Amino acid sequence: MTNDEPSRRSGNGFAGVVPVLISGAIFVFFLTLVPQISAGDVLRWSYDWVPSLGIKLSFLVDGLSLTFSLLISGIGTLVLLYSNTYLAGHVQYARFALFLTSFMLAMLGLVLADNLIGLFVFWELTTITSYLLIGFGHETTKGRRSALQALFVTGAGALALLAGLILLGISAGTFEISEILAKGDEIRAHEMYLPILILLLAGAFTKSAQFPFHFWLPNAMAAPTPVSAFLHSATMVKAGVYLLARMHPAFSGTDVWLWTLTIFGAVTAVFASFLALRQTDLKQALAYTTLMALGTLTLFLGQTSSYAITAFVTFLIVHSLYKAALFLVVGCIDHATGTREAEILGGLGRVMPVTAIAAAIAALSMAGFPPFLGFIGKELKYAGALAVASEPVFVAGAVLLANALMLAVAGVVAFRPFWRKTDSELPRTPREAPWQMLAGPVLLAAAGAIFGINPDLLQVPLVNPTVATFLGDPTDAKELKLWAGVNLPLFLSIATFVLGLLIYVIHRPLRNLLIRADNAAPNFDRGWDAFLSGLKAFAWWQTKYLQSGVLRQYIFITFATVLVGLGGTMLVRGIGNVLPDLTGIALRNWAVVALITVGTLIAATTRSRIAAVAALGVVGIGVALIFIIFSAPDVAITQLLVETLIVVLVAVAMLRLPFLDAQGESDHRPWDAVLAIGVGGVVTLTLLAVLATPLDLRLTEYFEVTSWPEAFGRNIVNVILVDFRALDTFGEIAVVVIASLSAYALLRTTAKEKSE
Amino acid sequence: MEALLAIAIGALVAAAVYLMLARNVLRFIFGLVLISNAANLIIFTGGRLTEGVPPLIPEGANLPAADAANALPQALVLTAIVIGFGLFAFALVLIFRAYTTLGTLNSEEMRVAEPKGDPLL
Amino acid sequence: MNSIILRIGSRYVVGILLLFSIYMLLRGHNEPGGGFIGGLIGATGFVLYAIGCGTADARAALRIMPQTIAMAGLGIALVAGLAAAAFGDALFTGQWLFIGAEGDDKGLPLSTVLVFDIGVYLVVFGAILTLVFAMEEEI
Repeated sequence: MTNDEPSRRSGNGFAGVVPVLISGAIFVFFLTLVPQISAGDVLRWSYDWVPSLGIKLSFLVDGLSLTFSLLISGIGTLVLLYSNTYLAGHVQYARFALFLTSFMLAMLGLVLADNLIGLFVFWELTTITSYLLIGFGHETTKGRRSALQALFVTGAGALALLAGLILLGISAGTFEISEILAKGDEIRAHEMYLPILILLLAGAFTKSAQFPFHFWLPNAMAAPTPVSAFLHSATMVKAGVYLLARMHPAFSGTDVWLWTLTIFGAVTAVFASFLALRQTDLKQALAYTTLMALGTLTLFLGQTSSYAITAFVTFLIVHSLYKAALFLVVGCIDHATGTREAEILGGLGRVMPVTAIAAAIAALSMAGFPPFLGFIGKELKYAGALAVASEPVFVAGAVLLANALMLAVAGVVAFRPFWRKTDSELPRTPREAPWQMLAGPVLLAAAGAIFGINPDLLQVPLVNPTVATFLGDPTDAKELKLWAGVNLPLFLSIATFVLGLLIYVIHRPLRNLLIRADNAAPNFDRGWDAFLSGLKAFAWWQTKYLQSGVLRQYIFITFATVLVGLGGTMLVRGIGNVLPDLTGIALRNWAVVALITVGTLIAATTRSRIAAVAALGVVGIGVALIFIIFSAPDVAITQLLVETLIVVLVAVAMLRLPFLDAQGESDHRPWDAVLAIGVGGVVTLTLLAVLATPLDLRLTEYFEVTSWPEAFGRNIVNVILVDFRALDTFGEIAVVVIASLSAYALLRTTAKEKSE
Repeated sequence: MEALLAIAIGALVAAAVYLMLARNVLRFIFGLVLISNAANLIIFTGGRLTEGVPPLIPEGANLPAADAANALPQALVLTAIVIGFGLFAFALVLIFRAYTTLGTLNSEEMRVAEPKGDPLL
Repeated sequence: MNSIILRIGSRYVVGILLLFSIYMLLRGHNEPGGGFIGGLIGATGFVLYAIGCGTADARAALRIMPQTIAMAGLGIALVAGLAAAAFGDALFTGQWLFIGAEGDDKGLPLSTVLVFDIGVYLVVFGAILTLVFAMEEEI
């Protein structure tokens, strides 16, 4: 069965009820914290996680994290309740509920974390659970592709984020966020400020789908509608915004911060609003308005004025309330009619009156009509935009355009399906959604209305402490009120209504125009596909050449890499020009070296097996002589004994192995010789360079000093082996045992096959 | 002396690489023996060479002679020789087994896992 | 290989080499020698014996399967390392007992370090004989 196919059975038993109770209990718990936090308290809890790295699992409840926590757990409860009916009887509902509940807990961890590493871990947990939820309909190619795309884009951003967080932790000297925020001036003046900021923004912008990373979010709508309502409008996509908000006290105020956030936010907001109007699928339209909201939030985070911050906080709450409500409404419509196409739907108002009213209230809030909270949000947005010192016209213009387009979209999504007259045939005969599915939209829409009529309910408990998180003082928050007098924001509001209604009236011809423009413009989604197929082609190409399955080529590539790596480094650093000093060497030593060299040359060039084995023996004995001459009796004895055994083994093996070269075949390989001589030369030069640097003898001296007094041994080499580094030696003898047993097993298998 | 040995080690490595690049896997393990020797000598030489004073503490003393040889590389090389022997013996048995199964010592003809003409290659 | 001199000679040489290998093992902490060298010498003796008298005789003379010896050696080395934990030290810390120590004379030293070296000896001895015997038999 597909995701959005309804079932008339109700509920999913245990798996349906328990998550609702859990999230409900969490919501109530956070509600009980409200009085304490709004009184100005901050709660902190900490546990040493990786003490050696200074990583703690610490959590902080302040205005900002409490506001987010309430939104997450509150909307989470309603969405879980809704899903239990929406996906009633789905065979994998338990899995779905597990993913969704895990996501909620991860998201709570993310907003409550007070440690950079903890924050990152929860951040990635939300990425993974989001991947699983988008891919819940994994039977379809589209579902899998969308899930993977979201994972790749946000995962790549998260890698940048991790780098940024680690740099930030190192630069600030602590990984505790609250301590970092107290060092704002120090961080803004730090030489690493810009790299850290760019890395953090890469994480935040991918997660919050800012232009040009926006393309994954509309695709993520492949998830079941309640998931879209929860993750991809109200919570997860706000994680990027949350990160920017959390870091605001430490990072804001610089020109880079101001302009990057303002420009990316404004471009995303306007661009997304146009694309929203282009959609005929209601869910897609909502997805793009979410992008618009995220852009607006980013835009305001660029500023530092108390108007802008109050506008940010208010709009954050407003948007979560109405957008989750509208997504759930679209889910109800889909559930009842089997379609989300704007041009088919119509006349649902009479059949689904409760849904229609909830939709209308949420849409009015979205469009910014009084007396709903959306109106206050919009007024504050204008006030905030006008307070932007540098470019008030640009910012206010962007906000005005985006708001007007949003008003038109609100009409398309929440008005036309219910009140338009239509002759189109619906796939299913609609009827009113059950109460579990109405609870979400109704309560969320009602909250928007209640807070709008009585903004004080929101102001003191949540808005003031949240603003205090940014500006340090709850009294800095601007007052939320419906009637702020005749001022410029009011005129801008009126202009928005006029422009928005105008767009709504002409939205169908305008949509056709936009579709044509959009088709002509570069498509990021297709660009993504091109990027992926390019990556695959590259992987295929390099596998073909680097992993050919031919041993010789692997070895050639390995040694060529050694040559280029070592030789290149020496060339770049200019350390290869050490002249060997060959004076004052005893004749005896010349003779030993000559012995080794002659043996080497014979071994490399001979076509006779016996000569090769003999030459290897000569080399081995020459090396043993070096050990004897240069004061290493233990090593010399070992070398001699091992040489003997090698000759025995090779001699035994030779009895059954063929000659080195087949008849008439020779072993002349000039290119291999060039590479071999190159590698040999670069090794010599490296060793000469090493010999030219002073030797650090601290370790040797420690062994010399402690060997007798502490380890009671006079043979320092043996003491190192069996006492100081006994664990290493143990590992080494284990390797010897494994090698011999493996060889034994290989030989025994041969014997068995022979006897069969 | 260190410099002279560095040149000899270069020759050892060159011969080893040339042998390891051969098609015949028997030559390959000859190269393996040579490169093990070269690696041991590199470690040994890197710790500097001292003639005639092994790192032993004489009876009645608490310290070795002041100019005693560096004991640390010796300990490293000693275990490396034994491990190198284990590796050599295993490689020898492996090519022996490959020869009895596949009937060839030419590494380019040993393509059971990735036969020639495999569409993935 | 069928040579009377080698066959008779290897029987004596194996005894001498075994004795010598144990001497090298025991003196290893103070003079050149130790478990690696001792094990190699002992194994060389038996390899010679196998060449002279055949692996069947060599196995019979050894009585225990060489792979058992190698595994036992690994076990002994591990126990010697773990013993330090029983005395409250970090693993693989040497523990010493001096029997009859007087003043500067340390008497007869017994230590986990020596036990560890015996483990190394047995591993090297057993592993090499496992290999050589198998190769001589199968090839």
